[in-house]
Amino acid sequence: MNESPAIDVRDLTKVFGRFTAVDRISFAVAPGDIFGFLGPNGAGKSTTIRMLCGLLASTSGTALVGGYDINREPDRVRQRIGYMSQRFSLYRDLTVAENLAFFGGVYGLSRGALRDRAADVLRLAGLSGIESARTGTLSGAIQQRLALACAILHAPPILFLDEPTSGVDPVSRRAFWELIQDLAARGTTVLITTHFLDEAEFCAHIGLISAGRLVALDTPAAVKSGVAEDVFELQVDDLFSSAERLKGIPSILGTACFGPRLHAYCPRGAATEQSLTATLGAAGIPVTALHSVPMSLEDAFMRLVAPAAALPGSPV
Amino acid sequence: MRRFFAILKKEFRQVRRDPLSLGMLVFLPALLLIMYGYALSFDVRHVAVGVLDLDRSQVSREFLDSLFGNPYFDRACTLDRQAEAEDLLNRGSVRCVLTIPRDFAAGLSRGEEVSVQALVDASDATIAGTVIGYLDLLVSRTSQRVRIERLARAGLAADLPVVNPEVRVWFNPELQSARFLVPGLIAILMMLSAVVATSLSIVREKERETMEQIAVSPVRPLELILGKTLPYVAICLLTMTLVLTLGYVLFGVVVRGSFLWLAVATLLFLFAALGLGVLISTITQSQLMAFQAAALLSILPSILLSGLIFPIRNMPAVVQAVTVLVVPKYFISALRKIILKAAPLESLWQDFLGMFLLGLLFYTLAIHKTRKAS
Repeated sequence: MNESPAIDVRDLTKVFGRFTAVDRISFAVAPGDIFGFLGPNGAGKSTTIRMLCGLLASTSGTALVGGYDINREPDRVRQRIGYMSQRFSLYRDLTVAENLAFFGGVYGLSRGALRDRAADVLRLAGLSGIESARTGTLSGAIQQRLALACAILHAPPILFLDEPTSGVDPVSRRAFWELIQDLAARGTTVLITTHFLDEAEFCAHIGLISAGRLVALDTPAAVKSGVAEDVFELQVDDLFSSAERLKGIPSILGTACFGPRLHAYCPRGAATEQSLTATLGAAGIPVTALHSVPMSLEDAFMRLVAPAAALPGSPV
Repeated sequence: MRRFFAILKKEFRQVRRDPLSLGMLVFLPALLLIMYGYALSFDVRHVAVGVLDLDRSQVSREFLDSLFGNPYFDRACTLDRQAEAEDLLNRGSVRCVLTIPRDFAAGLSRGEEVSVQALVDASDATIAGTVIGYLDLLVSRTSQRVRIERLARAGLAADLPVVNPEVRVWFNPELQSARFLVPGLIAILMMLSAVVATSLSIVREKERETMEQIAVSPVRPLELILGKTLPYVAICLLTMTLVLTLGYVLFGVVVRGSFLWLAVATLLFLFAALGLGVLISTITQSQLMAFQAAALLSILPSILLSGLIFPIRNMPAVVQAVTVLVVPKYFISALRKIILKAAPLESLWQDFLGMFLLGLLFYTLAIHKTRKAS
């Protein structure tokens, strides 16, 4: 990062009463980057993004967004950012064109600029031709893209997207991500939160947040390789009792349930498929199948937050 | 300016898309005015009176006839015994029982003072009070006439010095309560619709999270609040025109004063009422909560503490102090002065100032609250 970052977060903290929602978070996002802010519900993703957008005052620490301090110059920050939340905050009783006219207006676009920009964003979002449709009658996926179109109408250099893909079907999610990558390719800096870890593969950099703290901050590949463990996928008859008994084996650092299968984590190079099968056989744990699998982001996340959140079946 | 116009335009569009709410805002006050205008009447007419004439003389009959030749009292029934009176009053078939004593005519002819007993049902104090007042007046008028006739019969010229109060009732010569009530009712109905409409329109944006989208934009609190309230100013002015027209057509309430002061009073009132609506919307989170708060803060104080029914002058000092914050108090006072009295600015400015200061207070609090939240 040679240029000054588009978003520069420094020790940002938010305390609600006695609960620390965001705990001294620091990171930077380079211009034109897609930064994924990942973590379970309630980890502090939305609180962070709301502070960066000026919707919420920080308790301590600060951030520079587009070069302006969020606490000292919130008005300058507001002019440079676009924001879209998972609720797709549109006026459902207005038409698509009327929604665009309103959001263009609140950002001070002139009539001519609005006409040009509205046509641009509608084309970009693949929504041309539905200008006169009543927004409330559109599908969730279309509303999602319209909400994005409204958020980028004033051509903000920085875009904050708070869980924009939740509640949208997988095909539409995929299309939405293509749109985001398109925007980033044109130079827009994107900070996006999601609890879908598979979406992290679309991000240039990711930050993993758990219980208000950043537990990892790097490219998705580096985050995965940063966890010095091997992953073995086990097929067992009784998921829960097996998981319990596996914890007693010294070479296994931990386990996690992945649907009908178990993932067991061993120190890197400490075990092979054969040696682990033998160890489990000796311990009398029945295993139908055992394979070495590459570490996924979900595995990495489970291992990174394991000490903090060792709750069974914690949603990721 | 562009930001403000964008909000204004959007708000008008949304109001137009929602004809039900618009209809409620304009026609509900009109409907309520008609209902309350007819129902809320302090005029006492056609009071059923039972009569027990123990004297049965020509004098007593003449006396009774003189009592009933008007629209106030109806001779509902004639009693035979005093014992029936209680039952009639209990059943509510009469509101008053008049008893003429046995020696009524004889006493009068002897020049003694005679009493007529009136049993009045005071379960409704307002009606009872009015009945007693009317009775008093009618009885004393009758007795005066009887006296003069007697003197005349005795050959004396009826030039007794009598002081007659010549009361002239100004502004509402027939003392019709509708004249007095309609301006007040207009104020209260306007208060209700103005406060509810604005508070709901802002809280709706919070509920649907569109407020958040506005909060991340460069829109300033003042632009937002003005953009969201001005459409309601227009709607409320429409409502005001409608209820004033109805007041004239149905209740004969004519605006005697200047329409300029009427417009100024209405605008200042809307400034304050909409300010209260905005303030409520900044402290409530849901439309239900906002509606309840708006109803509680607009209707109750408006009816009880505005001087609509109960004169503020008669309230305890503490309650009088509270009425300073009641917006309709000033509007009712101003409307009565303008509509009934054609009052000049000199007697209106205090009401104007009151509404202006209250509006200023509400908006300041609301903007302060909005700024703190963002």
